[in-house]
Amino acid sequence: MRLYWLVARGGFRRYATYRMATVAGVFTNTVFGFIITYTYIALWHERPRLGGYDLSQAITFVWLGQALLMTCEMMGGGFADELIERIRTGNIAVDLYRPADLQLWWLAGDLGRAAFHLIGRGVAPMVLGSLAFELALPVNPLTWLAFLLSVALGVVVSFAIRYLVALSAFWLLDGAGAAQIAGLAGMFFSGMLLPLTLFPGLLGEVSRALPWASMLQIPADVFLGKSTGWELVRAYAFQAGWAAALLAAGRALQGVATRRVVVQGG
Amino acid sequence: MAGTTEWVAGAAGPAGEVWVPRSTRWAALRDGLGAYLLIVRMWLRSTMAYRASFVMTAFGNFAATAFDFVTILLMFNHVDTLGGYSLQEVAFLYGTSTVAFGLTDLTVGSMDRLGSRVRDGTLDTLLLRPVPVLAQMAADRFALRRFGRVLQGALVLGYSLAVLDVDWTPLRVLMVPMMVVCGAVIFGAVFVAGAAFQFWAQDASQVQNAFTYGGTTLLQYPPGLFAKDLVRGVTFLVPLAFVNWLPALYVLDRQDPLGLPEFVAFLPPVVAVVCCALAGVLWRAGLRAYRSTGS
Repeated sequence: MRLYWLVARGGFRRYATYRMATVAGVFTNTVFGFIITYTYIALWHERPRLGGYDLSQAITFVWLGQALLMTCEMMGGGFADELIERIRTGNIAVDLYRPADLQLWWLAGDLGRAAFHLIGRGVAPMVLGSLAFELALPVNPLTWLAFLLSVALGVVVSFAIRYLVALSAFWLLDGAGAAQIAGLAGMFFSGMLLPLTLFPGLLGEVSRALPWASMLQIPADVFLGKSTGWELVRAYAFQAGWAAALLAAGRALQGVATRRVVVQGG
Repeated sequence: MAGTTEWVAGAAGPAGEVWVPRSTRWAALRDGLGAYLLIVRMWLRSTMAYRASFVMTAFGNFAATAFDFVTILLMFNHVDTLGGYSLQEVAFLYGTSTVAFGLTDLTVGSMDRLGSRVRDGTLDTLLLRPVPVLAQMAADRFALRRFGRVLQGALVLGYSLAVLDVDWTPLRVLMVPMMVVCGAVIFGAVFVAGAAFQFWAQDASQVQNAFTYGGTTLLQYPPGLFAKDLVRGVTFLVPLAFVNWLPALYVLDRQDPLGLPEFVAFLPPVVAVVCCALAGVLWRAGLRAYRSTGS
């Protein structure tokens, strides 16, 4: 356990090294936050309470999206690019000989990364957004805690998806295509472009049932106090269920990959 | 680098032509363009070696940008107008902004890699070659797949032109290609200026993204949606409003939220030239200030 804790800390510190990049990232998240906020204001001006949110909740949704974009890596990336590269070059063979579980190792590192991105790329845009607009911030500290737990589960789901994508490189060798498709799905089905409650009909129902909802839609609803009591339990169960299923799939795929696939010579 | 020295013999490129930098400004420009096209051709050939991969990534780029328009369609699923603009009008703004930005992204989209090249020291290699660094950076890893964005924007623009209820005078018709070309040049200047900024702030490429990707997102929506200070900022500070907002208001016969006189709609060519000059000054200053990391 101590090993994975150290790996997680390493993940945190690795991303904390790039201070200038973090400041620049906060700038970009804030600019996008402003642009999308104004489009939402126009939209909710025409249709108040659209998708079950009032205007300040809708705006809060925008800034939560900017705050969680890097934390939950909705566009894909993070460790996945590195793992794909290790599979492509054959360095993965070295990893497989390490006395550590491959999946847990990368998960620990990714949790450390997510923790840094939540603090480094999440808090500042949220504060800036709350200075410029009236955000619906929770008053109950328990809601904040419930939100953090939901974000943590969202990160695990995000990791599990990206792990599957990365493992596909064992067969595809070039994982760029799979990563791109996963990134597109992440942007669209997480609620990053528009809250999933605004998606019409079947598209809405399907998108709310897919794992990507765990990355923004569900944490945002917890933050906005939409999920309390049994609703909150259901939200956690949804996220934990997807996390368990996808992690198990990743483990199974990893087993097949390491048994059957010949590692590329370096 | 090039431009002041007279090269007697140039290297013969893969296509057989001889590249010889000369001393005059125009010749230097022509040489830079020639070098750019040479590198682009090289990357094109390497891309086409993996045709299936190219088709997939091009489709990916098309789909990635298409989601932006799908978002707008989903919005209009709930409302008839956004900030007083109809779907057709928003599609016009979206199409002009996306095509202009897409052309820039296609031609000089790799400029934002400058920061990482400074960090890992590979910029030094570019400095040693007798080819303008700007041309090398712009053509670096030229990615034809980015044409997916241009195509997607062009389809939306075509749709909007077909359905828009506009009194098409010859002047209005001419405005459309003018917007796309001048818009692409203005965006190009922003790319170059952003890259020049990275000579100083090496790992701040995200700032550039805010102006480029953020800029094109902003221009996809009617200017009236945004706070006046923001509109002033992208009119007078970083003149993105000249890419499509100001000329589009003329085409659509709409009021400009800042109440600027009508002739500003015809200024994009002037603004584009001024932007390029300023970006050029910034680029040269950045190149002079460059210190290799030595790694």
